[in-house]
Amino acid sequence: MSYAQLSLMEQLILTLSAMILLTSFLLLAQSRIISLINTFASQGFLLFLGTCLIAQSSGRYHLYISAGMTLALKVFFVPWLLRRLVRRLDIRRDVENVGGPSMIMIAGGALVLFSYYVALPIRELSDLATRNTIAISLAVILLGMLMMITRRKAVAQVVGFMSMENGLFFAAVVSTYGMPMVVELGIAFDVLVAAVLFGIFFFQIRAGIGSLDVDHLNRLHEVDR
Amino acid sequence: MIALYATLLIPFGAMLVFAVIGHWKHAGTLNLLVCFATFLTSLQLAIDVFTNGFMITPGQLFYIDAFNVYLILVNALVGLTTSIFSRPYMAYELKIGRVDGGRMRLYHSMFQGFLLTMLVALSTNNLGILWVAVEGATLATVLLVSLYRTPESIEAGWKYFILCGVGIAQALFGTVLVYFAAEKISPGEESTLLWSVLKDHSDQLEPTVLMLAFVFLLVGYGTKIGLVPLHNWLPDAHSEGPTPMSAILSGLLLNVALYAVVRYKMLIEPALNNHLPSYMMMGFGMLSFSVAGILLHHQRDIKRMFSYSSIEHMGLMTFAFGIGGPLATFGALLHMIVHSLTKSAIFITVGHAAHIAGTQKISEIRGLIRTQPAVGWTFLLGTVAIAGFPPFGVFTSEFLLFTATIESMPWLVMPLLIGLAVAFAGLFRHVQPMVFGEPPEGQLPVKANMLPIIFHLFLVLWLGISIPDILANWLDQATIMVVGKGLL
Repeated sequence: MSYAQLSLMEQLILTLSAMILLTSFLLLAQSRIISLINTFASQGFLLFLGTCLIAQSSGRYHLYISAGMTLALKVFFVPWLLRRLVRRLDIRRDVENVGGPSMIMIAGGALVLFSYYVALPIRELSDLATRNTIAISLAVILLGMLMMITRRKAVAQVVGFMSMENGLFFAAVVSTYGMPMVVELGIAFDVLVAAVLFGIFFFQIRAGIGSLDVDHLNRLHEVDR
Repeated sequence: MIALYATLLIPFGAMLVFAVIGHWKHAGTLNLLVCFATFLTSLQLAIDVFTNGFMITPGQLFYIDAFNVYLILVNALVGLTTSIFSRPYMAYELKIGRVDGGRMRLYHSMFQGFLLTMLVALSTNNLGILWVAVEGATLATVLLVSLYRTPESIEAGWKYFILCGVGIAQALFGTVLVYFAAEKISPGEESTLLWSVLKDHSDQLEPTVLMLAFVFLLVGYGTKIGLVPLHNWLPDAHSEGPTPMSAILSGLLLNVALYAVVRYKMLIEPALNNHLPSYMMMGFGMLSFSVAGILLHHQRDIKRMFSYSSIEHMGLMTFAFGIGGPLATFGALLHMIVHSLTKSAIFITVGHAAHIAGTQKISEIRGLIRTQPAVGWTFLLGTVAIAGFPPFGVFTSEFLLFTATIESMPWLVMPLLIGLAVAFAGLFRHVQPMVFGEPPEGQLPVKANMLPIIFHLFLVLWLGISIPDILANWLDQATIMVVGKGLL
């Protein structure tokens, strides 16, 4: 079966998931904090669109609620909170030198291949559209993790964290049409609390070490020297 | 049923109330009373389950059986004794100005919030809610780790937040995969993420998906158990927060994460036609056990040292659940109880010791027995107990584990014995001078409530000499739940 034989809806969903993956790569390379937050918000918006499409095509209308929560949390609330924090901490103009951008991109590409490899046993169970989307959602999770590893600024790490959440949400939507409602609510609540706590932490880190560079958090060692 | 709802609602209500009045001067006492009430209701719950068998609430949101009810009881008990300790301890911290009113509010509120999330995680029937609750436990404690606002504690808090957040995200992916596999059985039904439903259909689930799911789940929840090499956050978080928090983090939270892994193993292993989950748990467990024992030697902070000891014991339990079989499982379940009790008792004495010496540095804590015999001796006894000496309960459970290992994989006994000896040497080379050494000039005793410590050590001693029939039967029921076959 080739892609051209898929229904229009499925083709649209695949395109959207490709764009979500693209935003993950953009996040990986983006060095300016404000642009980083904007890119994150656009990833959230694509996720919202994807969820709406899946809700429409599968006829599971409770997904619209999940989509609404995504829109509220990932597109409006979290980016708004981050922007506000960036303004109040006065780090708007901060540019982070992402070390070895080409290596990170290659590593990112390798992670995508790896996720397709991991998703191999799963995708044989399911139809063509889901096959790709599961692999892509895993790739988004892993790319978020890679971003948290490579970044030194606390704000960028939080964006990486939230983008991992995006990947998880996408995985739940495409593979199982969302989790049960009570779980979705619980997860959304956790994300909300986490976002607020991150904000509190920014101020604590700033007050404690005088900068938001997590490289300065280096007082605790596995083995005392 | 009412007992269950009360067990969950009391801490929930208390969390909200303390958010407002947590800085009140009797808040510590109120905290104690709330914990006492929770303990009573969970005792009632345990009796209900013991006499009537397992129970599912209407709506199937909560599911209580022999396996989780005993952990709920241990949770409530250690919560209670820790709150007894926390009252004077936090009052002292307030007096010396390490915390202020606002932070006391946060502390008391999150103390209850933390107990609540753990109780929800243990009692829920929904595997998604289990995840939400375990993540909730991280969120509740993360600000407590950084409560003192020193650069070290902020670093510890950030590390805890980020590493556990990333780890637990893997567990959510694993949960999604389990749901994906379950959806194939009855599409479109929300009940398919319920443990009680999944357990009945575990043989129909797709093995390849489940295998992949287990890898993610073990890595995810394993981060919270503190399995090496995912343990990096644990010593920091346990050592930098207030001591009552260390006691319940080490004594309880690790158990809850291990409980989650064991639940999934019960579900996934029968569905596969191989023993991958067992082997993975054995491998991770053995690695944690050995590495933590070695790292114990190199610690300079007393609380860090005992958090490595926690990693070591969690590794041992994970290993035991991996071996499987009634004997090993029974031993591991017993070990969960005795480790919780002993480790929280040790952290409480460590809290007193740190107040006596005014520092947490091992090299500066000296002569506890001379300064305050009660603290010195209980500290020594606690360490003897956790190192696995008879007649304490840790010896009994470790003995059972070793017997089971000899039965199934004799060659693994050697590394286990070596690991035990290494850990023992590591503990005692640090503890001996702290207890017996020459006290520095002018070191004064502090006001200490020894009741919780003595009570815990007494229970551990009792379990070491004779396990009461009722508890043995109970653990046996839990063993039957986990491996399908009892010991007795």
